[in-house]
Amino acid sequence: MYDYLWLIPFFPLVGFVFNGLFGKKIRNEAVIGGIGTLMIFLSFLVSCGNFYALLQDSEKVHQRVIASWMSVGDLQVDWGFLLDPLSALMILIITGVGTLIHLYSIGYMHGETGFYRFFAYLNLFCFSMLMLVLGNNALVMFVGWEGVGLCSYLLIGYYFEKKSAGDAAKKAFVVNRIGDFGFLCGLLTLFWALGNKGVWTINFVEIAENAHLLESGGLIVTVVTLAFFLGACGKSAQIPLFTWLPDAMEGPTPVSALIHAATMVTAGVYMIGRMNGLFAMAPDTMMTIAVVGACTALFAATIGLAQNDIKRVLAYSTVSQLGYMFLAMGVGAFTAGIFHLMTHAFFKACLFLGSGSVIHGMHHGYHHAHLKDDPQDMRNMGGLRKKMPITFWTFLLSTIAIAGIPLFSGFFSKDEILWWSFGSNRGHWLLWLVGAVAAGMTAFYMFRLVFMTFFGEQRTDPRAKDHIPESGLTITIPLMVLAALAVVGGYIGIPAILGGANHIKQFLDPVFGKAIALNQIEAHGTHALEYSLMAVSVGIAVFGIFLAWVMYVKNPALPARFVASFPGLWKAVFNKWYIDELYDAVFVNNCKRIGTFLWKGFDVRIVDGIVNGTAWVVKGIGSGLRYTQTGFLHNYAMGMVVGVVVIVGYYILGK
Amino acid sequence: MLSILFYLFATVAIFSAFYVTKARNPVNSALCLVTTFICFAVLYITLDAPFMAAIQIIVYAGAIIVLIIFVIMLLNLGTAVKKRYTHALAWGAALSVIMLFITNTFIRRGVPTGKLGDVTTQMIHSYGHTELIGMALFTEFLLPFEIASILLLVAIVGAIILSKRQV
Amino acid sequence: MISVYHYLILSAIIFSIGTFGVLTRKNAIVIFMCIELMLNSVNLTFIALSRHLQNMDGQIFVFFVMAVAAAEAAVGLALMIAFYRNRESIDTDDFNMLKW
Repeated sequence: MYDYLWLIPFFPLVGFVFNGLFGKKIRNEAVIGGIGTLMIFLSFLVSCGNFYALLQDSEKVHQRVIASWMSVGDLQVDWGFLLDPLSALMILIITGVGTLIHLYSIGYMHGETGFYRFFAYLNLFCFSMLMLVLGNNALVMFVGWEGVGLCSYLLIGYYFEKKSAGDAAKKAFVVNRIGDFGFLCGLLTLFWALGNKGVWTINFVEIAENAHLLESGGLIVTVVTLAFFLGACGKSAQIPLFTWLPDAMEGPTPVSALIHAATMVTAGVYMIGRMNGLFAMAPDTMMTIAVVGACTALFAATIGLAQNDIKRVLAYSTVSQLGYMFLAMGVGAFTAGIFHLMTHAFFKACLFLGSGSVIHGMHHGYHHAHLKDDPQDMRNMGGLRKKMPITFWTFLLSTIAIAGIPLFSGFFSKDEILWWSFGSNRGHWLLWLVGAVAAGMTAFYMFRLVFMTFFGEQRTDPRAKDHIPESGLTITIPLMVLAALAVVGGYIGIPAILGGANHIKQFLDPVFGKAIALNQIEAHGTHALEYSLMAVSVGIAVFGIFLAWVMYVKNPALPARFVASFPGLWKAVFNKWYIDELYDAVFVNNCKRIGTFLWKGFDVRIVDGIVNGTAWVVKGIGSGLRYTQTGFLHNYAMGMVVGVVVIVGYYILGK
Repeated sequence: MLSILFYLFATVAIFSAFYVTKARNPVNSALCLVTTFICFAVLYITLDAPFMAAIQIIVYAGAIIVLIIFVIMLLNLGTAVKKRYTHALAWGAALSVIMLFITNTFIRRGVPTGKLGDVTTQMIHSYGHTELIGMALFTEFLLPFEIASILLLVAIVGAIILSKRQV
Repeated sequence: MISVYHYLILSAIIFSIGTFGVLTRKNAIVIFMCIELMLNSVNLTFIALSRHLQNMDGQIFVFFVMAVAAAEAAVGLALMIAFYRNRESIDTDDFNMLKW
């Protein structure tokens, strides 16, 4: 079965090539969408087969090389794939969620002019993401890493005729570039450092085997992991590089669901998981990651409290949840981080797709009434639960899951993270506190979203309010599947304390177990402590939900009064703490100023001066030498003979 | 006897060569060139190279000069006007004198030494010059010989292409 | 007695005369003939030295020089005809398009 590993990224590539080359000619949405979805579904089937084979197998790490890429000295780089529990889980998430979102897109993107373009990009994205996940060495991973960045750029800028979409795409690309710089620095430093020890390799398995050559907790390993973490920050939208993700909501909603919630943004988490052997050796880096993750979780959650755009709330929620994953990675709870990655992929994809369904309906209504209102503004929604029952119920289930209510998937993963951040020897109670507060905020703003959208009075323009239909089957089927997964997805990781077997921990143990044991990372504490922490976090979540209910259902005038009493605070939160403005003032404008200086001062005067000066000198010499070129044959013959006489004369008479 | 023969034909060769450069009518130049070539052929015989003398007559005096005269006739070139003194004449004369001086110095100063081969006069007389040339040409120098044939083929094609009015 | 030096000196003289002709004449065909003179003087050198060193190689070389000269004659004269067709002249003073 493992010999067919290459088929997993190959199918989406075929879809991309097919839709990219022939999509414009075909024009038939059923064919284009069908091919796109079928290809990713086929790779889902292959993934399932591989996953099953891996489950049965006692040997958990398999590498398959399909071709040699380059061979330089002692370094051998292959186009090779690596299947271990971590990548097996990832390919299942990517292809599974990817299939559902492709299916959803057929309905959602119906009638768009660039329909084929959308599916081609989406397939290309799946290909790149699978390369990223399956690559057995850092260079193949980097190819995928850059590929997903490119696809993200292309898909955010899908509505490229809109200036804001183009700007958002550029922003995402540039910010990601900073992260990629970190990734490359880390990779090269690691390569150099391991090479100095006599091991020239970038293969992940070999890196993990030889990690012990580096000094644990030493400078090199810290620098390398910090650089990798910078790369992860860029891709996974952590402080300070998170600003691109909310803007990325300019892309179509399926893109937000697939790329900016379920898969691509988790690449950073995956990368840290892949390099866990190195990261576990650098406690300082781990601390940094934990702190950055916790801060991001809290910070993004505060911004999410005050946004009115339905997708923006979800975007900040994504940033916040990614912060949780980094927090988990930072405190050594690699399994919990990956677990949360998986559950988050389910419920956040469902939430995004649900919001897309709502936007779709709102858009339909406004279109019917010939209105130009913003279909994404929650202040225009309300009371939609009767109009869109399926969307409402799936959305509600996912919201409960993300809020961390027991028995739903988000509870298990989030609680595992919170427990580790408190109990792990790499954790701290402050980290737990920040995480718990952020969890409360998450519950609050998510239910605020639900209440504003689906409950209460319908605030839509009266001309449009009766023309908001439930979406079609291609949209609702993925919603229902994802909602079901969001509910039950957590049951593979029920912790031992609740009487579960924690299957996912055992499953991922071959990947993480060695590093955790080697560096003595463990969470310890009494059962009573664990139970009480669990109760506190559930309590905070329930309180957040209650608060949202009070403010947005029971007494809708409360938020306005709250705003009136703290105008400064509200304004700051509403404007995202002015982070964009700060970055503009500190980095962007100064970069522009340096650029302008280099352009007008350095380039125009000095560089162009050198070029023009050279041209001027050459022109002068040329116009002088022109007189020697008479065009008469005799002069040239004479020149030749003079040359011969001089040279021969020098050799004969000169000696 | 050999000395007299050499000096006689050397003098004729030099004078006729000089007249090649001086004659105002190109046909005269061509005829003087033939004279020079024939003198050279005689000199080749004095050097025990009768085959080279033969092909000197056949190729140069026969083929090339005929071709040249044919072209002169075809183009109907007239006699050049009597030239007045030009810079080119002075430069050319000076340069050729310098060149002569340099080569003379070189020849006088140097001694032509080298590994002596086995082709002695007796050998030439017993085997025959043509046979020796043939032996060398078709054994040791077979590849250059073939290449020369390709060169001639290319030259033929080139000449046809160049002379055709419309290709 | 006639030594190899005599032949070499004769060859040098003929070569210089050929150079003189190439540099002074304006008729392309005469220049061409002067070049043939120079080639022949070189041939003489080859044969003289070949004889002196009792080696056949020099004469083989002469053979190839002749082949090249024949090819050169064919192409060179064809060039002249082509040029004459365009310019009604083979005076080298009219060969002045190298300037552009």
